[in-house]
Amino acid sequence: MEPLIVIVFAPLLAALIAGLFGRWIGATAAKAITTGALFLGAALSWPIFLSYIAGGAQSQVVPVLEWINSGDLRVAWELRVDTLTAVMLVVVTTVSSLVHLYSWGYMAQDPGQPRFFAYLSLFSFAMLMLVTADNLVQMFFGWEGVGLASYLLIGFWYHKPSANAAALKAFVVNRIGDFGFSLGIFGTFLVFGTLSIPAILEAAPQMAGSTIGFAGMRVDTMTVLCLLLFVGAMGKSAQLGLHTWLPDAMEGPTPVSALIHAATMVTAGVFMVCRLSPMFETSETALATVVYVGAATAFVAATIGTAQNDIKRVIAYSTMSQLGYMFFAAGVGAYGAAMFHLFTHAFFKALLFLGAGSVIHAMHHEQDMRFYGALRKEIPFTFWVMVIGTLAITGVGIAGIGFAGYHSKDAILESAWASGSVHGVIAFWLGAIAALLTSFYSWRLIFLTFFGAPRWAASEHIQHGLHGDPDHPDEEHGDSSNDPHMPPTGTGGYHPHESPLTMLVPIGLLALGAIASGFLFHDYFLDSAVFWHGSIAFDEHLAHAMHGVPAWVKYSATIAMLVGLAIAWHNYIRRPSAAAGFVRQFSGIHAFVKNKWYFDELYDTIFVRPSLWLGRLFWKGGDEGTIDRFGPHGAAYAVGVGNRLTYRLQSGYVYSYALVMLLGLVGAASWAIWWAR
Amino acid sequence: MTDLPLLTILIALPLLAAFACLFVSAGAARWIALAATLANLAIGIILWIAYDPAGAQWQFVESLALRGGIAWVLGIDGIALVLILLSVFLMPICIGASWRAIDRRVPEYMAAFLLMESLMLGVFAAQDLFLFYVFFEGGLIPMYMIIGIWGGAERIKASYKFFLYTLLGSVLMLIAMIYMVSEAGTTSIPALMAHDFPMDAQKWLWLAFFASFAVKMPMWPVHTWLPDAHVQAPTAGSVILAGVLLKLGGYGFIRFSLPMFPEASAMYVPLVFVLSGIAIVYTSLVALVQRDMKKLIAYSSVAHMAFVTFGLFAFNRQGIEGAMIVMLSHGLVSGALFLVVGVIYDRLHTREIAAYGGLSNNMPGYALLFMLFSMAAVGLPGTSGFVGEFLALLGTYRVSSWAAIVATTGIILGAAYMLWLYWRICFGVARTPEAAVMRDLSSREWLLLAPIAAGVLWMGIYPESFLRPIRADVGRLLERVERAAPPGDAQLARGAARPAAGTHAPEAAH
Repeated sequence: MEPLIVIVFAPLLAALIAGLFGRWIGATAAKAITTGALFLGAALSWPIFLSYIAGGAQSQVVPVLEWINSGDLRVAWELRVDTLTAVMLVVVTTVSSLVHLYSWGYMAQDPGQPRFFAYLSLFSFAMLMLVTADNLVQMFFGWEGVGLASYLLIGFWYHKPSANAAALKAFVVNRIGDFGFSLGIFGTFLVFGTLSIPAILEAAPQMAGSTIGFAGMRVDTMTVLCLLLFVGAMGKSAQLGLHTWLPDAMEGPTPVSALIHAATMVTAGVFMVCRLSPMFETSETALATVVYVGAATAFVAATIGTAQNDIKRVIAYSTMSQLGYMFFAAGVGAYGAAMFHLFTHAFFKALLFLGAGSVIHAMHHEQDMRFYGALRKEIPFTFWVMVIGTLAITGVGIAGIGFAGYHSKDAILESAWASGSVHGVIAFWLGAIAALLTSFYSWRLIFLTFFGAPRWAASEHIQHGLHGDPDHPDEEHGDSSNDPHMPPTGTGGYHPHESPLTMLVPIGLLALGAIASGFLFHDYFLDSAVFWHGSIAFDEHLAHAMHGVPAWVKYSATIAMLVGLAIAWHNYIRRPSAAAGFVRQFSGIHAFVKNKWYFDELYDTIFVRPSLWLGRLFWKGGDEGTIDRFGPHGAAYAVGVGNRLTYRLQSGYVYSYALVMLLGLVGAASWAIWWAR
Repeated sequence: MTDLPLLTILIALPLLAAFACLFVSAGAARWIALAATLANLAIGIILWIAYDPAGAQWQFVESLALRGGIAWVLGIDGIALVLILLSVFLMPICIGASWRAIDRRVPEYMAAFLLMESLMLGVFAAQDLFLFYVFFEGGLIPMYMIIGIWGGAERIKASYKFFLYTLLGSVLMLIAMIYMVSEAGTTSIPALMAHDFPMDAQKWLWLAFFASFAVKMPMWPVHTWLPDAHVQAPTAGSVILAGVLLKLGGYGFIRFSLPMFPEASAMYVPLVFVLSGIAIVYTSLVALVQRDMKKLIAYSSVAHMAFVTFGLFAFNRQGIEGAMIVMLSHGLVSGALFLVVGVIYDRLHTREIAAYGGLSNNMPGYALLFMLFSMAAVGLPGTSGFVGEFLALLGTYRVSSWAAIVATTGIILGAAYMLWLYWRICFGVARTPEAAVMRDLSSREWLLLAPIAAGVLWMGIYPESFLRPIRADVGRLLERVERAAPPGDAQLARGAARPAAGTHAPEAAH
C-alpha cells in the first residue's frame, strides 16, 4: 500500500476507534492507538521529505475514490505529494505526534481523554487531507475539517461558557473566510473550467490581464480570484480583520494551542497562498494586498502581545504576528522564505506553547504571568527549553549560524527589502519594528515567569492546589483582571514541580528542532529551485538579490532583537517598577493595546448586535406583524376567487372531479378535525 | 427490469395497509405500518437497483385508462427515483419515531401516515397531469389531519394556516393545468414536457405553477405556514413535512416549470433569485433569534430550500444537480434534526432551548449524532449538505456573481444559528435538573438515527450513487431549457497575456 495512504488515513481510523469505542477499549488503548498512528505517520513522512532534500524525487498523485462528478466538474479524492506537501507532511506529523505524546502527561487527570485524543487525530487527518489536496475542493474539505476539529478542541471543556463562546467564534469567523474561499473556488471554476490545482496553475498565466464581471463591476480576473481565495487564507491564518478568534481559541487545552493554533492549522493560509503561488503571481494587486495585510498583522499583533498577562495569549499574538511575516514574505514573492518560516516556526512555536503548558501544569493551571516569578530554579528543564524557544523566535544568531528563527525571519526581512517594491519596503520596516516588539514580549514572558521573586501566594489556582479543592475543575483559566499592579511576592508554601517525562521528551525534541531546523535546511528552502521542483513559484532572482542587501538590512533583525531584549531587561529585571510607571504614563496607549485595539467591541457593535436585532425585527415585524397579518387572509380571499373561476371554466368530467375533490378535501379534513376534538 | 407493476404496488401497498390499520388494535396497527413501510423500502431499493441510468427516460411505465379524462399512467425517471427513495427511506423511520410518542388514536394515525406515503409516492410516479394533481393535493389531507389531530396545543390554527396557504397555490395551479390540457390536447406529463407553449401563455402558466410550488417549497414570503406547522406537528409529522412534502415544490419546478415553460422560467430568474436571496438572509437571521428548537430548524429549512431554487434556476448542470442533492440531503438532515429534537422533547416535553444544556454529559451518543447532523446542516464537506450546496452555489455563480455572494452568506449565518443551538443544548451545564438526568439514546432511537447518519455520510463522501441516476435526466432537462438559458454576468474577456513566470524578476533586479 502507498505510504501516503497510511500517513493520511491511519489518523482517521485511530480517531474513529478512539472516539466511537473509547468507552469500551479504555483510555489507555485509545491514547496508544491515536499516538501510534501519528508516530507511524511521522516515521513514513520523514523519508519522503528526505527524498526531496536528496533531490530527484518526483511529485505523484495517489487516487483514492471518485467524489463529485457534475458535467465538466470532476473532483476526486486523491492524495498529492510534492516538495511543498512533503514539507507540510513532516511538520504536521512530527508536531502532531509529539503533541499526542505530550498530552499523555498534560491531560492525565482529564476524564475525557479518549474524546480528546480522537479529536486530535481527527484534526491531523483533516490537516493531512488539506496538504495533500490535488484539487481545491479537497483542500476545502481539509480546510473545513480542521475548522471542525479546532471548534471541538477549543470547546473541549464544554461546561465552560467561555470555551463554548470561543469555539463558536472560531467557527463562525472562519466561515467568513470560507465565504471568500468558496466564492473563489466558484470563480476559479467559472474561469478555468476545472478545480484541479495543477491544471489551474498551468492555465493561470494565460488569464493574466483578462477581465471579468463580478458583482456588477468589471474587474481583473486574477485579482478578484486571488483576493477571494485570500479571504479564506486570512480567516484560517488569523490575519488582521479576521483574527479575533485566535486569541480566544486559547480556551482550548494547551496541547491544542500548540498543534492547531500555532504549528499547523493556522499556517494553512500560508500554505494555500504558496500552493497557488503561480496564480497569485499573475496579479500584482493581489500580491500587494497580501503584503499589506501580512505586514499590518505582524505589527498589530506584536503591539498587542506586549501588553498581555496571560502567558498563552502572549504566545497566541506572537503566532499571529509570525503568520503576518509569512504572508508578506509570500506577497513579495519569497515563497521559499515563507515556507521556511512556516517550517521553523512550527518547531519553536510548538515548543513555546508546550513549554508554557509545562509552566501552567507546574503552577496548577494558573496562566497569569503576574502570579509567576522565579520559576527557573523550580522547573529548570522547562526554563531552558523556553529560553531556547525564545532565542529561536527572536532570531538569535551570528555569521550565518543561529537558532531557527534567525535563518527564516532574517530571510523574510531581506527578501522584503530586496523585492524593491514600495510595499516590500513598507513591509520591511513594519517587520523590523515587529521584530523589536517580538523580542520585547518574548523576553518579558521569560523574565516575568522565570526571574524575579515568586508571586504565587495570591493566585487562586495555587490556593486551590494547596487546599485540594475537589470542586475546582482541573483546567485552564485565562487572564482574569486588568490590574496593572503586580501581586505581592511570596510562595504561599507552594512548590512547583517539574512535569512528567511524557511532557518533557516532546519538548526536548522540539527544542532540538528550534535549535537546528534553520541551520540544517536553509540552503534548500531559500536558495534551491531544484528542491522546490516547481511546487511553488520559486523566484531565483529574488533568492539571489536577498543575499545582496546592504549590511544594515542584514543586521536590522539582530539590532531590533537586541533593543527589544534591552527594554525587557530594563523593565522587568533591572527595575521591576519601571513597567508599571510606563503604564501609568501612557495609560491610553496601554489600554488601547491591552484591549486588542478594540476589535471585539467594534465587531460586536457593527455585526453581532445588528444581526440579532434584524433577526428579531424580521421575525416579529416581518413574519408575524406583516406576512401573517395579511397572508392567511389574502389566501382565504384567493381561494374564494379561485373557486368561482373554476366554476366558469369547467367543461368536462375531470374538472368537476377535481373541484369536487377540492371541496371534499376541505370538508373531509374539517370534519375530521372537529370530530376528532 | 421485472414485469411486476412495481410502481402500482408501491402506491397500493401502503394504501391497503392504511385500510387494514383502521380495523385493528393500536399494537397491531404499529406493526402493520412498520411492515408496510419496510416492504415499500425494499421495493424502493429494488427500483434503484433495477433502474438503468443509461436506459430510457421513463422506466417502469404502466398505463391504464380510467373514466373521466384521467388516466392511471405511472413511470419514473431518475429524478423521481431518488425522491421516491428518500420517501420510502424516511417512512419506516417516521413509524418508528411514533412508536411510543403517539398514544391516542394510534390506528387512525398509522392509517394517515400510510395514506400519505401512498399519495407522496403517487406524486413522484404520476405521468398524467390530473393524476399528479390528485396526488399532489391529496397529500395535504393526511398531513392536515396529522397536525390537526395529533399536534400540539395550537394545532388547529397551524393546520388551517397550512391548508389555506397550500390551497391558494393549488387552485391557481389547477386553473393553469386546465388551460394547458385544452391548449396541448393531452394530459400526459412527458408530452407536455416537450410541448412548446406560446410565450404569452407561459408567463401566466409559470406564475400559476409558481404560486403552488413556492408555497410548498416554501419560498419567502409565503413561508410562514412552515414554522407553525412544524412546531405543532408531532415529531414524525415534522420529519415527513421537511423530508418529503417540502420536496414537492422543488420536484414541481424541475418537472413542470423548467421543461414546460423554459422561456418564462428564464424571464423570472430575477424574481426567483431575489426571493431566494431574501429567504437565505432573512430566515437565517430569524433562525438566529429563535427560542423554540423546532421553529429554529423550520426557519433553517426555508433557508436551505432557497439553495434549491437558486440551483434550479441557474440553468446549468451543476446548479440543477446541486439542487437535487440539496433536496435529498435536506430531506435526510432536517428529518434527522427534527428527530433529534423529538428525542429530547419526548423526555422533557418542552421545545424551549433554554430548558436544556449540558447534554454532552448525560447523553454522549446523542451529542455525537446531533453534532454530525448539525455539521451536515451547515454544509461541512464530507457530509451530504456540502455536496448539494457546493454544486448549487457553483451553478448559481455561473449565472450571477451577485446571487452567489448573497446565497453564500448562508454558510456563515447557518453556522452561527446551528452551532449556537448546539451550544445551548449540548454544551454548558444543564439549566434544569430534569435535563441533567435525561437518559441517552435508547436502542430504538439509535435504530432511527444511525441509518440517516450513514446516508448523510454516504452522500457526502460518494455522492456518485445519487448523481448517477439523475445525470441523464438533468441532461435532457438542460437540452430542453438551454435555448432560454440566461447569459452569465461573468463575461470573461481575455487580455494581453503576460509572460508566464517571474513577474518579480524585473523588480528584483533593481
